[in-house]
Amino acid sequence: MSESPLITSREKLDLVRADFPVLATQVHGQQIAYLDNAATSQKPQVVIDRISSYYQHENANVHRGVHTLSQIATDTYEDSRKRIAEFIGAGSSREVVFTRGTTDSINLVAACLGVQGIGAGDEILISEMEHHSNIVPWQLLCERSGAKLRVIPVSESGELEYDEFERMLSERTKLVALVHVSNSLGTINPVRRIVSDAHVIGVPVLLDGAQAAPHMRVDVSDLDVDFYCLSSHKLFGPTGFGVLYGKAALLEALPPYQGGGDMIDEVDFAGTTFNEIPHKFEAGTPNIAAAIGFATALDYLEELGYDWIAEQEADLLAYSTSRLKEIEGIRIVGEAENKASVVSFLLGNTHPYDVGTVLDRLGIAVRTGHHCTQPLMKRYGIPGTVRASFAFYNTREEIDRLVSGLFKAEKMFA
Amino acid sequence: MNVTATISNRADELVEEFSVFDDWMDRYQYVIDLGKELEMIDEAYRNDAYRIRGCQAQVWLQPIPMESTITFKADSDAQITKGLIAILLRVLNNQPAVDVATADLSFLDELELKEHLSPTRKNGLDSMIKQIRLYAAAIAAQSTVKP
Repeated sequence: MSESPLITSREKLDLVRADFPVLATQVHGQQIAYLDNAATSQKPQVVIDRISSYYQHENANVHRGVHTLSQIATDTYEDSRKRIAEFIGAGSSREVVFTRGTTDSINLVAACLGVQGIGAGDEILISEMEHHSNIVPWQLLCERSGAKLRVIPVSESGELEYDEFERMLSERTKLVALVHVSNSLGTINPVRRIVSDAHVIGVPVLLDGAQAAPHMRVDVSDLDVDFYCLSSHKLFGPTGFGVLYGKAALLEALPPYQGGGDMIDEVDFAGTTFNEIPHKFEAGTPNIAAAIGFATALDYLEELGYDWIAEQEADLLAYSTSRLKEIEGIRIVGEAENKASVVSFLLGNTHPYDVGTVLDRLGIAVRTGHHCTQPLMKRYGIPGTVRASFAFYNTREEIDRLVSGLFKAEKMFA
Repeated sequence: MNVTATISNRADELVEEFSVFDDWMDRYQYVIDLGKELEMIDEAYRNDAYRIRGCQAQVWLQPIPMESTITFKADSDAQITKGLIAILLRVLNNQPAVDVATADLSFLDELELKEHLSPTRKNGLDSMIKQIRLYAAAIAAQSTVKP
């Protein structure tokens, strides 16, 4: 079952796996099969070492420090911003705002746009497949402003109803905020077309890219997207850190987000003037170590190469889909034509929680539940799914273990 | 099952029953089977008012107060959760309310099932136990104020 056309790259895969210490962890007496990468990815040793070395040799607060260590920390931190900007194809590192992650990035835009004059009669367009992070900030904004949230429906196979999107897009639309790759279904949305269609009538587009960049090269300039949000921890970097990319002109037009140190130009009780972008959105001492660790994770990815990653993941997706279909009564939720390496499914009528519990006993880590996409689960009329999400370091053997675990679970719950 | 046995007698009985299993699959299979034998909840209680929200699995709990004892019927959409409910109710049903309110449930540790009662599992069980204790405490309080 496990003969792969990639057998020649098996040596490379084994070397890559050795870079991730967590993959050797034992769970219930068995080596972990970590198939929960859409929740968070594991970190390569180089990232762990880089963070450790920062704290051992370079730690000082950034910006404005006169002393040498502070200057070293500032340079390293700002070099990370340049590295990240280059990685995502931003025109300038000024367009890269550091945040706590995708959720924070979306909230920043929602909070600042709100101040800028969204009101009754305006509309924000999202879709039925959004993560709660790309629903709730807009709901809150709509409640505050009287604007209307409109939702593009999703087809049975898990694709955006594009005709509906075109129908909903109008001069009332103030922003289109969509997920690039669905965390629950794996669907890769046609973002290039979405951006270009929205731009025809001058509507800006924000993309939730949390699940995209782990699987594919994201180039914000090439996409011509207005805002792009991503999380470091899904991209093999540290947790609690992420990026908001925004076109410089748009970021400049937005008011500041939170107030505090670093985001100011001059503070006086008569009034405060604010720092330049991106710093005007970054109040307080930032997560310096995470920024540096994230840049190292990107170097690591670059070295692996997205071509190899794509090849590896395409194999895992095809193999897992065909092996899962050997199980009678399996229902795969989300079968878009264009899909990332995520498989959501139900095992007959067995509750996902039961399936996940049995798989855990077998050392297999999957996610069960609604995956923070309750409206999407409602659309399919299901309580949730079992989700296996793959990264380039996963193997066909791990998928074989998943499938044999599911056969076991099927017997137990029959 | 011995109806006059105390909570701790019944817990001991369960621990003994489980001691014959030496692998987790058999143990879980037994939990699942106990769930299948659980007495059905009255349909009128299988609704949102009696639902205990768990992020993952749902639990419905029907209290049946007696003079000074308390009994419950319950259900879940997940089979392992339902089995654990059966275990809990086997120990707690028809017991003096005051004993239920303060029952020591550490026997679940010995059954190697305690992890399922953690609030972070979000399967509704932790909240169910809290709710059972609340009902029991209320019954116990009522029966003590009676003349």
